Amino acid sequence: MGSVEIRGITREFARDDGEQVIALSDVSLSIADDEFTSFVGPSGCGKTTLLRIIAGLDKASAGEIRVDGSLITSPDQKVGMVFQEYSLFPWRNVLRNVAFGLEMQGIPKEERYALARNYISLVGLSQFEQSYPYELSGGMRQRVAIARALATDPDLLLMDEPFGALDAQTRNHMQCELLDIWEKKKKTILFVTHSCDEAVFLSDRVVVLSPRPGRIRDIIPIPIPRPRDRTNAEFINLRRDILAMIENEEREEERIKCKSGYL
Amino acid sequence: MTGTLPGTRSPAYILLSISAVIILWQAIAVFIVGNRFILPSCTDVLTAFLRLVVSGTLPEDFVVSMIHFFTGLGLSLLIGVPLGIIIGWYPLANRLLDPVIEIIRPIPPLAWIPFAIVWFGLTNLAAGFVIFIGAVFPVLINTYEGFQNIPRIFVEAGKMLGCTRNTSLIRYIAIPAALPHLAAGFRVASGVAWMCLIAAEMFGVSQFGLGQKIWWYYNLHQMDNVMVYMLILGFVGLFIDYLFRFGMKKTLLKWREGEVN
Repeated sequence: MGSVEIRGITREFARDDGEQVIALSDVSLSIADDEFTSFVGPSGCGKTTLLRIIAGLDKASAGEIRVDGSLITSPDQKVGMVFQEYSLFPWRNVLRNVAFGLEMQGIPKEERYALARNYISLVGLSQFEQSYPYELSGGMRQRVAIARALATDPDLLLMDEPFGALDAQTRNHMQCELLDIWEKKKKTILFVTHSCDEAVFLSDRVVVLSPRPGRIRDIIPIPIPRPRDRTNAEFINLRRDILAMIENEEREEERIKCKSGYL
Repeated sequence: MTGTLPGTRSPAYILLSISAVIILWQAIAVFIVGNRFILPSCTDVLTAFLRLVVSGTLPEDFVVSMIHFFTGLGLSLLIGVPLGIIIGWYPLANRLLDPVIEIIRPIPPLAWIPFAIVWFGLTNLAAGFVIFIGAVFPVLINTYEGFQNIPRIFVEAGKMLGCTRNTSLIRYIAIPAALPHLAAGFRVASGVAWMCLIAAEMFGVSQFGLGQKIWWYYNLHQMDNVMVYMLILGFVGLFIDYLFRFGMKKTLLKWREGEVN
């Protein structure tokens, strides 16, 4: 469960001066059940906008999103989301944060806490279930956010640069954990990131977007078996290709004047 | 140097500053002013206090003032919080109600005293009404501000987790997120309410009341008794504020520890 049909998505914004800006132009893509897909691209390519439209938090100007065949127009129980910013409710402790979605479904307290505890242990934070978000490190907060998004058992998990604010080491660690969870829970994951390394390490396919207007430039399958080795030649080549593609886009925009070199 | 001073939170400082003021007060009253009508001394006030404890109406005054205070403050919460929520959550309500609120708000609460008497007579409710007028705006404005400042991410995270109805979003996301603002509003409101209390009681809604007694003893030219009631008002106000801060810290706002301290 969790296939996604993105059909002809266009999104226009009205700027303050009244001019129309096209953030996404006719984006179409099919994503299979349990597939891990990453979206990369220079800033302003509309990758976050696309994710928000799939989440039902933003409306497309044209086109439609279907998850398992049903049309998405507003936030849906089948879809979970992990945000880039810290989105945990600071007034709830870890247990009550993770149980929030279950509470909204009207599941009785003991039952929802038992379910929430499973997901808290899945992200390895059982000792912290009574802690408040301000007591946790950045990596721990995002683990809780993942547990919270998974607790209602969505078929599709959307992740908007979830590790963007973490240091490199924590980030690598979180990527491995995420793959473990993905293998255990079998979800379709759509993952937005700035990092080509992260995209190649995690994904079955990497979707490269180009900006103004945002459209799909290329879709690159990553055939490397997991667990992946970042120093493997094939890994490095794929990463270089994707990076070159993005840099090209940025150079065309004349926002980068010099070439940063390989890797 | 600093090693010889008591710690910053030591009660020694409180003791020192208060005894200095008491000595100064006593000295000025006895040696400079020398007139207990103009400035009763500390010992005059203490004697007056003891006399009032034995034969006065301190408990009745306290109870009646508490009734006025909590009627007004309670009403202001009952009306200010829901109204603040409505204008904070629904932009249309804000556009419609904001002009009215902005016109009524600058009218000083004491200007409502004539209408309070006309509408409610010389009753506890009339005093409560004046206090309500003073307290309701801080409650309303802070609730509104709190709702305006809810990070969008919390609302969106809530929506993604199945909290989609307006009433649920207000209950589970907006109110907890705005709670620090609500608490601030409540604290300001209780301060304003305390100030309005005295004026509201001076126009004679009751035979008793801490504020009523100040005016009463002034008319009797018993300035030592006036001073006793002034000090009682100060201490009760201080105690209410302390109780409130303590309650907030221990219960509602424990999740903000580390951010505020």
